[in-house]
Amino acid sequence: MAQHQITLTINGTERSLALDDPRVTLLDALRQHLDMTGTKKGCDHGQCGACTVMANGRRINSCLSLAVMHDGDTITTVEGLGEPENLSPLQAAFLHHDGFQCGYCTPGQLVSATAMIEEIKQNWPSVVSGDLEKVSLSDDEIRERMSGNLCRCAAYANIVDAIREAAKAEGVA
Amino acid sequence: MMDDMDLSLHHKMEEKDERNQLDQTAQDVLSKPLDRPEGPLKVTGRATYADEEHPEGTAHGVFVRSTVAHGWVTGMNTAALRKMPGVLAVVRDAKMLRNPAQGTAGEAPVQNPNEIFYVGQPIALVVAETLEQARHAALAARPKYEAKDGEFEVPLEDYETPPKKQSSEGDLDSAMGQAAHSVDSIYTTPAMGHAMMEPHAAVAQWDGGKLTIRASCQMLKYNVAELADSLGVKAKNVRILSPYVGGGFGGKLGISHEAVAAALAARKLKRPVSVALHRRNVFEATTRRSETRQRLRLCCDDQGHLTGFGHEAWVSSLHGESFSEPVTQASSFTYAGDNRVIGHHIARLNITCAGSMRAPGEAVGVPIVECAMDELAEKAGIDPVDFRLRNIPEKDPSTGKPYSSNRLADCLTEGAKAFGWEKRGEVAHQREGEWLIGLGVASAVRVNMLMNSEATITLDPDGHAVVETDMTDIGTGSYAILTQLAAEMLGLPMDRVKTVLGDSDLPPSSGSGGSFGAASAGSSVMLAARALREKIAERLGVEEKDVTLKDGNAISGNKVTPLTEILAGERLKAKGEIEPGATGDDVRQATWGAQFAEVAVSAITGEVRVRRLDATFACGRILNPKTARSQCIGGMVFGLGSALTEELSYDLRNGRLMTRDLADYHIPSNLDVPPMNVTFLEDRDPYANPMQAKGIGELACCGTAGAILNAIHNATGIRVRDFPATPDKVIEAIEAAQGQG
Ligand code: FES
Ligand code: FES
Repeated sequence: MAQHQITLTINGTERSLALDDPRVTLLDALRQHLDMTGTKKGCDHGQCGACTVMANGRRINSCLSLAVMHDGDTITTVEGLGEPENLSPLQAAFLHHDGFQCGYCTPGQLVSATAMIEEIKQNWPSVVSGDLEKVSLSDDEIRERMSGNLCRCAAYANIVDAIREAAKAEGVA
Repeated sequence: MMDDMDLSLHHKMEEKDERNQLDQTAQDVLSKPLDRPEGPLKVTGRATYADEEHPEGTAHGVFVRSTVAHGWVTGMNTAALRKMPGVLAVVRDAKMLRNPAQGTAGEAPVQNPNEIFYVGQPIALVVAETLEQARHAALAARPKYEAKDGEFEVPLEDYETPPKKQSSEGDLDSAMGQAAHSVDSIYTTPAMGHAMMEPHAAVAQWDGGKLTIRASCQMLKYNVAELADSLGVKAKNVRILSPYVGGGFGGKLGISHEAVAAALAARKLKRPVSVALHRRNVFEATTRRSETRQRLRLCCDDQGHLTGFGHEAWVSSLHGESFSEPVTQASSFTYAGDNRVIGHHIARLNITCAGSMRAPGEAVGVPIVECAMDELAEKAGIDPVDFRLRNIPEKDPSTGKPYSSNRLADCLTEGAKAFGWEKRGEVAHQREGEWLIGLGVASAVRVNMLMNSEATITLDPDGHAVVETDMTDIGTGSYAILTQLAAEMLGLPMDRVKTVLGDSDLPPSSGSGGSFGAASAGSSVMLAARALREKIAERLGVEEKDVTLKDGNAISGNKVTPLTEILAGERLKAKGEIEPGATGDDVRQATWGAQFAEVAVSAITGEVRVRRLDATFACGRILNPKTARSQCIGGMVFGLGSALTEELSYDLRNGRLMTRDLADYHIPSNLDVPPMNVTFLEDRDPYANPMQAKGIGELACCGTAGAILNAIHNATGIRVRDFPATPDKVIEAIEAAQGQG
């Protein structure tokens, strides 16, 4: 099979990858080829959100995207948000509000929420937005926008608390 | 010089323990809402789950699944598959499993997948250099079958009726005939899936005759025995690592396909093999909660006192499985009634193996009892909370044994107050535009258990402690509470205690299941710490009970001695061991709660939106209110899913599971979940264990669905007796009621 040489900027570091199989998803490229297992696989079908990463600043399900489609892209994964000794404000809020239990959906929730707060800043409306001109971060808005990230442990209520607190601290309300 | 394991404390729970030692310790970290110590690893993606550490040269395995429900595999295009790019082996081995082991089996489940019992049964493992190659080849497999007719539903008369699982007292039939009010209702609940977010996975590696396997397992002590027995090797040559488990809910109690197949393939290929189940394998081939049919016969006098209580259940499983959903488990002891019938009937179907799922029995039995209680309360014209309060027995009505502690009345009374129950109106009388509003209540009850469990604590000369046990943390908070317990008992700040879990080489614990993990593993840690305290006290020349440990110091009388001084350069290691005893049999142990729901039901679409969920629980000492609350809200949402959205649907013509992924099997998502209030009553159960703590994680899912369904009735006047209450059923019932009205 032909080799596909791609370059990704992951969490600020340029990584080049020789893939001899075009079927490798972005998720498996991270987990299997780059040993970055922070991004999780819950369904491999775009149904759970555990694999959420940011590609060029937008959140996507990395299991639904082939790695070769991302040559030259900038990718952010949970490992890029913060470190155990230096958590991002959102990670710290998840920890403090117990926004997780088993932790398996958590990387996806965190990346998704990080990108979601940016979407609010850019005034992207959603189906629950009342005022399309000025979108505000109501609890329903958080719930709606985070519904692509399933959590079977069902830490949802705590996830909403954590996101609200971290967004507020950033001046997003 | 003191050496490893010279201290130990074994305690059998033969009598009640009212010492309440944990109320007398001074470190003040237990029962505090502390963050999870492993939390920073989880929120940064550094906690590694089963399929996340691949040794050099790891190959990938993907299962070939049966497309027929019953029969034999007679052949496969193995030679063609072997020639496909990257394929290393096509493993068809009689040691592979038919279905996962049941919880606490401790031996191999039914093996030899050549005989097929359900659609989706793994029948071969294709191993290749890469995941993509293995998946491609597995999909290209063309098994040949000798298919037989499968059984996907059977008439009621063909259900087995094991004599041991039936009981009766008095004469229910005549009580029903003579009662002032009675209910005789049939309800059904669907099969359900655990749907934990981490699919089952295993990475197996042999070193000579020794197997090390990273897997996602709940009960390592049993899993080692099951895996060894399946493979035909000695248990001492098997080591399982499950430091982090991405959810279980009972779905990872017993050893499963992937671990056995990965071990067989790794042995054959002499290289590490990873097998991660696809989500669809998880739904089709691990275990499910059985569907149920339930008949409730309740009757009472004109004062609303129950005179009869009948609960019969029809469930299913595979041929030869000993487990069947114990639907009526709590029915024998929750409510009064002199005339009682318990029935249990089992169908043998060619459908995915039935197994334990969060609160097996009560999760589906209690909601139905609670719906029937609501029906009877309405007939008797008594408020549903009041009706329940009138029917709480003094002692277990079936056995006459006393309760270890029964706080149901307190939960109902205080819960009703906190929820604002008095605002509940007449049936079908509150409307906001298209939305019909209603409130509902249900009791929550779940048996409480204790299991054998061992742990060690090593106290280093510098005053740091390490807790070790093969206990798992499946999201339940084991890392947090075990660390807190050791710190509390030894008087150490949290950051001086480290807890190591999830390695089968460590002392064997209860494992995670049945809500007994915290009580059992926790007690073993407490006992290990008590052994260390005894040693410390001995060195100070005082009794253990007279020494106070705090911030690394021992205080006795008015003398303060640093622990490091007492240790004098030595390391102490102690083992604690808890064993269940007479208190498990002499009294009826259970956890209790009252749950309340407010719903809005669309009069146009039949959609149900839960607006509020409240719960008040009594489940012994709370070890960490933050993680305990998380267990409860998670359980409540689990119950919400079972009430409104979750259903494994099988095509009854061919046994195929139609809802085998997360797009079709609807677990609640964030927008489905309302604000929730959880209250814990101050509670100590002296019969439970030396901590007076009890199970939590399952109780919370037992009352939710009943409260929601009863709230739907209050909102609309209809009763949905076929769970879940999806919009199609709700609108049909509303329209039918309007037609009649
Ligand atoms: S793994 Fe990508 S959405 Fe589930
Ligand atoms: S924390 Fe377990 S699935 Fe979300």
